[in-house]
Amino acid sequence: MTSEAVDPVEAVGHIAPASDAGFLQRFGATIEYILIPGAALAGALVVFGIFVALFGKNPFDLYFYMYRGAFGTWFSWQNTLTRAAPLILTALCTALPAQLGMVIIGGEGALLIGALSATSAALVMPSAPPLAVQLAMAAAGMIGGGLWIMLTGALRQYRGVNETISSLLLVYIALAILNHLVEGPMRDPASLNKPSTREIGAANMIGSIPGTEVHWGLVFGLIAATVSYILIYHTTFGFAVRVAGGNIRAAKIVGLSVGKLVLTICFLAGACAGLSGMVEVAAVQGRTNANLAAGYGFTGILVAFLARQNPLAVIPVAVLIGGIGASGGLLQRRLGLPDASVLVLQGIIFVFVLASDALYGRIGFLKGR
Amino acid sequence: MDFSSISRRRLLQGSAALTLGTALGARSAAAADTTIGFIYVGSRDDYGYNQAHAAGAAVLKKMPGLKVIEEEKVPETDAVEKTMESMINLDGATLLFPTSFGYYNPHVKKTASKYPKVRFEHCGGLWTDKDPKNAGSYFGYIDEAQYIAGIVAGHTSKSGKLGFVAAKPIPQVLRNINAFTLGARLANPKATTQVIFTGDWSMPVKEAEATNSLIDQGVDVLTCHVDGPKTMVENAARRGAFVCGYHVNQAPLAPKAYLTGAEWNWEALYPKFVKMMASGEGIPNFYRGGLKEEIVKVSPYGPAVSETARKHADEVKAKFMATGLTIFKGPLVDNKGKTVIAAGTERGQKDPELEKMDYLVEGVIGATA
Repeated sequence: MTSEAVDPVEAVGHIAPASDAGFLQRFGATIEYILIPGAALAGALVVFGIFVALFGKNPFDLYFYMYRGAFGTWFSWQNTLTRAAPLILTALCTALPAQLGMVIIGGEGALLIGALSATSAALVMPSAPPLAVQLAMAAAGMIGGGLWIMLTGALRQYRGVNETISSLLLVYIALAILNHLVEGPMRDPASLNKPSTREIGAANMIGSIPGTEVHWGLVFGLIAATVSYILIYHTTFGFAVRVAGGNIRAAKIVGLSVGKLVLTICFLAGACAGLSGMVEVAAVQGRTNANLAAGYGFTGILVAFLARQNPLAVIPVAVLIGGIGASGGLLQRRLGLPDASVLVLQGIIFVFVLASDALYGRIGFLKGR
Repeated sequence: MDFSSISRRRLLQGSAALTLGTALGARSAAAADTTIGFIYVGSRDDYGYNQAHAAGAAVLKKMPGLKVIEEEKVPETDAVEKTMESMINLDGATLLFPTSFGYYNPHVKKTASKYPKVRFEHCGGLWTDKDPKNAGSYFGYIDEAQYIAGIVAGHTSKSGKLGFVAAKPIPQVLRNINAFTLGARLANPKATTQVIFTGDWSMPVKEAEATNSLIDQGVDVLTCHVDGPKTMVENAARRGAFVCGYHVNQAPLAPKAYLTGAEWNWEALYPKFVKMMASGEGIPNFYRGGLKEEIVKVSPYGPAVSETARKHADEVKAKFMATGLTIFKGPLVDNKGKTVIAAGTERGQKDPELEKMDYLVEGVIGATA
């Protein structure tokens, strides 16, 4: 991730076209999927470097600190992966419905409901063995989050409500429910100035992956992303989903039950975000309070779009965004940049990646296909 | 801005520095002076809670032998744990000020047990003797300053109607509302305080609406307890009402409308902490105080404050400074007519009953739930 990345247009001149048409024909699409986002990322970093130079900071210091803060030390790697963990799961909440052509941006709501459900599950079984509590929490979190996004799917399928708007508005309803329960019926009377539920207990916390300080949410995310990928691209169910996403009338003509597909995919999407809420409770906070609304659900939307809604590509993109977050602190401390500079970088990357969509299928030397 | 400096030579220098920096990273951090890390939940120029802490940090920056590093907008999730660890591991910080209330449990406790040689000073007063000994918590009795602001407000208001824009009905906030009202009723026994809760710490739109709605109801002096008083101060001044500030001095935002305000005095406290550490006596784990201990202060009076008001407020302030004064003493009746402190009982600042405050005193219009 430095500035000397190859400009795709310039690179055309260096490679003799059609020298190995068979190779390009076979792998052209894959090369495109790596080259174009890579070039977009490099371009974004160059623009961000110029932006930083305008503020009188040395852009090479910037690249160095970004690298050091995100990937330069073992500690930095763990920092990056910890931040990436919830993003993989919340990104799936947008990426899965996208296969059906739905734009769901309410992962934050499913995360909050998942966290509340998981906490409730733990609090109603105080004397159960930890493993049982943890499994119940995971199940409750996934069901809670799943039903929450399924509600959006049902509103769209049976009432024609725009799923983007309704999923976003449901975030605020989820937050209101959370605040109401945390400040009212579920409040721990001892949490005077920071209304919270009671704690789930240290024994029930799921802890970190052995040998690291990264919590298990990362593993859950990797599994969920891989399973989603297989489900979408290597099963008949996934094929049906993609058909319906491509042309809903054609799907109906061939007899696919679109309603069922919508509800199932929305449930799975919400379950992923709900699971990330469960992990936030069981691995980080130990209880539910307003701290949970930290915006992971919203950053997940960014991750999903940058990954072009591909469940597997969500993983590296989440690591990248996690890394940018991890390096943000070092940029503030060493270069004196304001916190917003990280948001500026995220914004520039987003614009570059979206704009680079126009390049697919237009790069000369890959056109042999 | 100097683009010519980004030459090939510069790049080489950059990469050389990169290698060197990696090699010497740990050493240079350790060889430097004492490094102190400040972590803020919002932006450090918010004219509010975070700016008050940043003002304290700014004083430390000027002291010899100290290096101050800062990071803003750090959420109350595991992100703050990573920020603290990053400051310790990458910058060599030995004293940390994670300033937001919600950082303490579980994040500060967890990180403090992991790094027993680093000192953690948390703002909020939550430390108990079960917590790590290298952690500490401090807080100020800012209701003393609110009491004095209330006196000034009571004298200034023509309608006798005061307004209070508050975040959440938690003990710390209720204590401020009640102290402000009790102060105002010293000046004008018929004064009332209309309170509006916005529901969260930073809700600029709701704060503006609350301000306008209070003024529409005839309120002519307003104050608040939210993270950033800027919205209330500017809107109230625009509507021609007077304001009392909170957290820091907001007089620059509304020079004519600003009467006085309740401010933190971290500029005085933080150098004291550093001296305690340098002298080897250490900082007490639990540190609290009010006007007398210089942890809170009252803003200088604005031009609209009458001579009578100044005299009255100064008299009461002198009592706080000399022997201390009890704000909450019986007989005290809440706004539903119930006696909350019986006649003859005095609840001094350190009384744990005050920490559980869940009522609004007579004269406050509003409800806690």
